[in-house]
Amino acid sequence: MSATGSTPASVIEESLPHQGWPASDGEELPPGIGPYKLAWRRLKRNKVALAFGGLFLAIVILCLLAPVYANDIAHTGPNQENVDTALNAFGLPKGPTWHAHYFLGADNVGRDVAVRLLYGGRTSLQIGAEATLITIVFATLLALLAGYFRGPLDGLISRAFELIWAYPVYLLGIALGVVLAISGLDLGFVKLSGNSTQIPAIIIGLIYIPYVGKAVRGQIITLREREFIDAARQQGLGHMRIMFSEILPNVASTLIVFIPLIMANAILTEAGLSFLGAGVRPPNASWGTMISDGINLLPAAVHTMLVPGIMLVLCVLGINVFGDGVRDALDPRAKIRIEH
Amino acid sequence: MGRFIVRRLASMIGVLFAISVLTFLIFQAIPNPAVRLAGRFPTPATIDHINQQWGFDKPIYVQYLKTMKLIFTGQVISYTQQINVVHELWVLLPVTASLAIGAGIIWLSMGILFGVLSAWRSGRWLDRALTVLSMIGVSMPVFFLGAVMSYYLGDKWGILPAGDYVPLQSDPWQWFVHMLMPWFALSVLFIGVYSRVLRSTILDTVNDDYVRTAKAKGLSERQVMTRHVLRNSLIPIIALFGLDFAAVIGGGAILTETVFNLHGIGQYAAQSVSALDIPPVLVITMFGAFVVVLIGGVVDVLYAYLDPRIRL
Amino acid sequence: MSTDGARGGSTDGRLLEVEELRVSFRTEDGVVQAVDGVTFGVDSGEVLAIVGESGSGKSVTAMTLMGLTRGPNTSFEGRAMFAGKDLVGASEDELRRVRGAQIAMVFQDPMSSLDPVYRVGDQIVEQIRVHDKDISKAQALDRAAELMEKVGIPRAGDRLRSYPHEFSGGMRQRVMIAMALANSPKLLLADEPTTALDVTIQAQILDELRTLREDTGAAIILVTHDLGVVADIADRIVVMYAGRVVEHGTLDEIFYDPQHPYTWGLLGSIARIDRDRSQRLPAIPGLPPSLLRPPKGCHFRPRCPHAFARCTEVPELASRLPDAPAHLDRCWLEPEQKRKLRQVGDQIGLASRETVIS
Repeated sequence: MSATGSTPASVIEESLPHQGWPASDGEELPPGIGPYKLAWRRLKRNKVALAFGGLFLAIVILCLLAPVYANDIAHTGPNQENVDTALNAFGLPKGPTWHAHYFLGADNVGRDVAVRLLYGGRTSLQIGAEATLITIVFATLLALLAGYFRGPLDGLISRAFELIWAYPVYLLGIALGVVLAISGLDLGFVKLSGNSTQIPAIIIGLIYIPYVGKAVRGQIITLREREFIDAARQQGLGHMRIMFSEILPNVASTLIVFIPLIMANAILTEAGLSFLGAGVRPPNASWGTMISDGINLLPAAVHTMLVPGIMLVLCVLGINVFGDGVRDALDPRAKIRIEH
Repeated sequence: MGRFIVRRLASMIGVLFAISVLTFLIFQAIPNPAVRLAGRFPTPATIDHINQQWGFDKPIYVQYLKTMKLIFTGQVISYTQQINVVHELWVLLPVTASLAIGAGIIWLSMGILFGVLSAWRSGRWLDRALTVLSMIGVSMPVFFLGAVMSYYLGDKWGILPAGDYVPLQSDPWQWFVHMLMPWFALSVLFIGVYSRVLRSTILDTVNDDYVRTAKAKGLSERQVMTRHVLRNSLIPIIALFGLDFAAVIGGGAILTETVFNLHGIGQYAAQSVSALDIPPVLVITMFGAFVVVLIGGVVDVLYAYLDPRIRL
Repeated sequence: MSTDGARGGSTDGRLLEVEELRVSFRTEDGVVQAVDGVTFGVDSGEVLAIVGESGSGKSVTAMTLMGLTRGPNTSFEGRAMFAGKDLVGASEDELRRVRGAQIAMVFQDPMSSLDPVYRVGDQIVEQIRVHDKDISKAQALDRAAELMEKVGIPRAGDRLRSYPHEFSGGMRQRVMIAMALANSPKLLLADEPTTALDVTIQAQILDELRTLREDTGAAIILVTHDLGVVADIADRIVVMYAGRVVEHGTLDEIFYDPQHPYTWGLLGSIARIDRDRSQRLPAIPGLPPSLLRPPKGCHFRPRCPHAFARCTEVPELASRLPDAPAHLDRCWLEPEQKRKLRQVGDQIGLASRETVIS
């Protein structure tokens, strides 16, 4: 790598198609292409990212089809304990048979690992998606309020971000997990029991709000100083209007880049919390609880640990590589740089 | 510089206070706390004693003060386990510290190494290979990696001990050997992140104007890289490291400690969670956040030292 | 740096001779021909201005002289002879010895051109010590203070310890100039040195440059888009458009007898005090062509109101004025036609259907 870098930025900029060019040689140049269309084109050229995105999609579809698999192929439910058929001569759970029954083996109480894998996947994916939604929505709202209005509101929200972010993720997760497992969540309009799978989703969603919130707030503050906001204000547009029609579209690309990132983190965090017993609680199962159970069986029945683990890694890998591709497509010069 | 430090200290104290309040409030949500805290076979006497100590029948600010007093005077007792929590933490600290410091050194040095290599050979196979490794590292839950390593390298092939902790004082070599797997398991995620962040920072910095100026001065490739590109690129890495290290020491190594059975602060927290034993979780959560904030403050000062633009 | 003997027998003395320089970049969308056959020369002690708009290739030309455009996607043709050696084909080692010593460069944006984490004094010292391994740090610092004083930075001794962000824009640019002059270069390349600065500071910086030329006898290549800046300081002017030199002459020749429509457009759009203010400021309509797929023939043809059939053939860069053999231009029009066409009202300018503010 040479320290001169490469093509001077000015040359790159000057060589891009301008909109409405005077014809070079009697030919019309195409009208300007919007940034999202350009990004989509770039993404389509990135075969690796697409492949991994497909991998993730495949896993999602498989998990959604869990009942179909359970009923029509494996002929057993996720919680059905078939001790007699599932254990081998030594009383140990069967390993992967690669047949319809016990395709990926059985666990120590005779349940079909493949079936549990798909059902557990639904839980993990659902929590991941919910948490991501919570994070993105609330972080954006708070960032808008803080970054746009500044002043004491910003002070308050920023402090709140700092506060929550100060806690190591898992400590906060288990603290909240423990407390809410005992007491459930009662906000008046919504009541959740300690065993609900919404609780880990809410906790994880909450924990990552500062992460997204701080980044978006920073961007909004920069945007706010730009002329087009002044122009909008002079036109008499109200604050709400400006926030949603001027500022929001500009942070959209940052949010798009964040979504896969948060989703990957959420799934991993849920697995970790469930492994520690502070996430998904029995009788529900997720990939995290399955790995935990599998580890407890070691050194026997290693497949009970490996199967959910590998599935989890493949799923998160799919999201990460695809997310990377999305980020590259939106900004090939990687101006949007996000840590972890 | 001095003024900056004072200001940072002041805001830190504010944050620490806020953390103590927030942590306290989180645990307020538990119903029947005295009974919960009293352990498996609560006697009325014990419950009374607990109520008195923690002030559960008193107004909330009194409770807060009593709780803080208990924590800071080291009097928090876990009845479920019949031990003094703060004392226990003190005993377990060396484990977590060994894990954090060792892993920190590994992930920082390897993260930087891989980042520089990736940027140097950007686009070629080494870069691609390292990127693949990073992606996998970042996608792997540490407890799963730990379990796999422990099972294969430990139980199955016996290359390294499968877990447990040997104190440094009693047997340095064994201490080292036992820590190897936990160190690597914990580092993998961070190496993945750091190498990619550094790579992209370097590739951006290389296009910065002052790098062009450095070249125009007649500096050699190597001089430009070390004196200007790296010097600027490493700043965000150092800041990141400070925060991550703080999080790990503060209790973020829970998963690693549990999977390798290291009996550190993290595992203690995890066990308390399983047993629904509140006092340790409360104390550890608070101290964890404290550590993060303190080290965060140190990192900020360090950052200001490294990047003079921040000192304003 | 070794001089491979003087060229030919005469001490022509041309410090720099650029011959048919071509620079192209391979990009995601194709090959960009940023510089397309540029030829000019610079004598010791003279100020040559390279004038053009963004994308004309003027910056790329200047940076190529120092080898700053080299990269895996860049291709070069042509030569740039400096003191007997070809800069375009020189090795990195050879170039490194030239950079900062015989040829120095001042860049456009002084804020981003100085490393933010090092003190200003240390950065100047770095420039000195790269080419003088024996000088001590203390001595180099003294020299740095002297240089800063010379370019008009007050309290230079104290300011050595300041960081770039602690200076104002104009001061930063002076620091850059001080740094560039540290090793008494024979040639100073100034790439839009005043563009990022206020107009009043602009004048000061130009003064600095002028004084420097007088004091040190260095030649200056001043790259700019602003003909007004040039009028004050240049001896000769090279006008570039879309990668090519379209006109080349002395200051007077360009301002009083311009031979290329693009030059007329540039001159016509200078804001002047003596202009009739009831009219809008004229600008050259249209945009510069894409360097990915440039127009056939003369690059200015699509925007030129005087284009005719022959313009689809690339005009040679040559002198079409018998009594000014060094005044070159790239336009097929006859000199008499040019003299008529360039008169717009009572000034020189580019006639067009409408005059709009761009």
